[in-house]
Amino acid sequence: MLTKAQVEHVALLARLELTEEEKEMYASQLNDILNHVEALNKLDTTDIPPTAHVLPLRNVMREDKVCEHLPNEEALANAPAREDGYFKVPKIV
Amino acid sequence: MALYRKTIHELHQLLKSKQVSSEEITKSVFERIDQVEDKVKAFVTQTREIALAKAKEVDDKIARGEEIGPLAGIPVVIKDNMCTRGILTTCSSKMLHNFVPPYDATVVKKLADAGAVMIGKSNLDEFAMGSSTENSRFFPTRNPWDLERVPGGSSGGSAAAVAADETVYSLGSDTGGSIRQPASFCGVVGLKPTYGLVSRYGLVAFASSLDQIGPFSKDVTDAAIIMNTIAGHDPCDSTSVNYNVPDYTKSLVNDVRGIKIGIPKEYFVEGIQPDVRELIEDAIKKFESLGAVCEEMSLPHTEYALPVYYILAPAEASSNLARYDGVGYGYRDESADDIVSMYMKTRSEGFGAEVKRRIMLGTYALSSGYYDAYYLKALKVRTLIKQDFDRAFEKYDVILTPTSPSTAFKFGEKSDNPMEMYLSDICTIAVNLAGIPGISIPCGLSQGLPVGLQLIGKPLGEETLFRVAYTYEQNTDHHKAKPSL
Repeated sequence: MLTKAQVEHVALLARLELTEEEKEMYASQLNDILNHVEALNKLDTTDIPPTAHVLPLRNVMREDKVCEHLPNEEALANAPAREDGYFKVPKIV
Repeated sequence: MALYRKTIHELHQLLKSKQVSSEEITKSVFERIDQVEDKVKAFVTQTREIALAKAKEVDDKIARGEEIGPLAGIPVVIKDNMCTRGILTTCSSKMLHNFVPPYDATVVKKLADAGAVMIGKSNLDEFAMGSSTENSRFFPTRNPWDLERVPGGSSGGSAAAVAADETVYSLGSDTGGSIRQPASFCGVVGLKPTYGLVSRYGLVAFASSLDQIGPFSKDVTDAAIIMNTIAGHDPCDSTSVNYNVPDYTKSLVNDVRGIKIGIPKEYFVEGIQPDVRELIEDAIKKFESLGAVCEEMSLPHTEYALPVYYILAPAEASSNLARYDGVGYGYRDESADDIVSMYMKTRSEGFGAEVKRRIMLGTYALSSGYYDAYYLKALKVRTLIKQDFDRAFEKYDVILTPTSPSTAFKFGEKSDNPMEMYLSDICTIAVNLAGIPGISIPCGLSQGLPVGLQLIGKPLGEETLFRVAYTYEQNTDHHKAKPSL
């Protein structure tokens, strides 16, 4: 059973600010979903390997050489705030 | 017949024989949009000037006597979660309401190189999370067959645009059924290709191990034509399959004699609408009459697909959506004066309820103390689901199921109950978990609403899917039914 305190903790981890109403709603809805997920515990999966990905993935490597990159202006074009060619954020320290 | 009603292959012949120009086709489609878009609301963005300029380019090419490919000069709509250089790409989210990508997704580039005329970007459930397109932060898209009903989701805009003849074809993305379920609800053809067959470079990621781009079209022939252009290896996508893509139009053979079709009993249990069941049973009889061998079989772990999906997809989503922090692009809350509040306010206001629900669920499933119980468990059950299909395909060429247990539902009917909404994808989700291809084709109407038939294939088994779907289409008229708008 997911408690309101757990919902608050998860919201903090996910960097989401929830209203009291949202905390109640998500606690209830997530519990419903997690109850449904409990069905998985009917299966013994002790010796079953996990499948994170259906393809056998390998790292895709390229030669380590300088190539064309996005111009600074284009890289910053979507930034909500910028200054002197950098992304601008509120103070960190 | 109006040009906007025609298929890719019909229009290609008309262009090649110079009976019509791409400009005429494009204008015809825009006239149709002007007639019905107020009702359907399939588009987030229309790109009229760009489209007409592209059409002129193709017409000039034809006038110079140059050869044109099958997609040249034909209008297409792109789901608004695929990056389009210089054109808004919003994911139907407040978070990306002002995002203009500096590059094209590989599929968009391939279509542009093939001479396709992009006429706009289509509406979706925010970040492709949903089954009804009600979760778009802008407006819901309506089902052209009944405007009181949803078009399905998350690619509802792409499906509705094709069904309403507002485009000749479109692209969607499918993470748990988001191409096939709206194709079924809107009465068009929708293909989710094998995972890795179509590049995901430039597709805004939702759940990376499940997402796959695919086409919506008016018939199976068009779907094969589109796949010939968009499939293939892409070095920009580390999950792209290195595979020699065949000419899928060669699979369009009207013959299923000797094809073995498995009918999984788990897809015909409680909850399926009686009319849907009846139409699927009619389709099975049709295949038998055409010489296919249909046999009931079992995919025993089917009941676990939904719980597995609703752990894995949110887990991957919570990770993928961590990038929306209000720094590099998209929405930012300007009121915060420290960085952590900025992140929290930005994300809380930028994301809608369904996206936040999935981020919360995924963060919880991946958090310390719960990882083994939820995430790892789900990955192991995913193995069992995949093994079910592996075993089935030792015996059967394709598997046949309904695409959805019901026809399109009414707005608001399921939006207050996430679990009930999630159940509408119950017939499609296992296919994504196994990474295999699935196609939805129209198989009749129930009380005036389309019903979709799903055919599931082996990994890279698209050729067989096209052959089986094409044979069904050639021997029925269901794909010709049109909504009256």
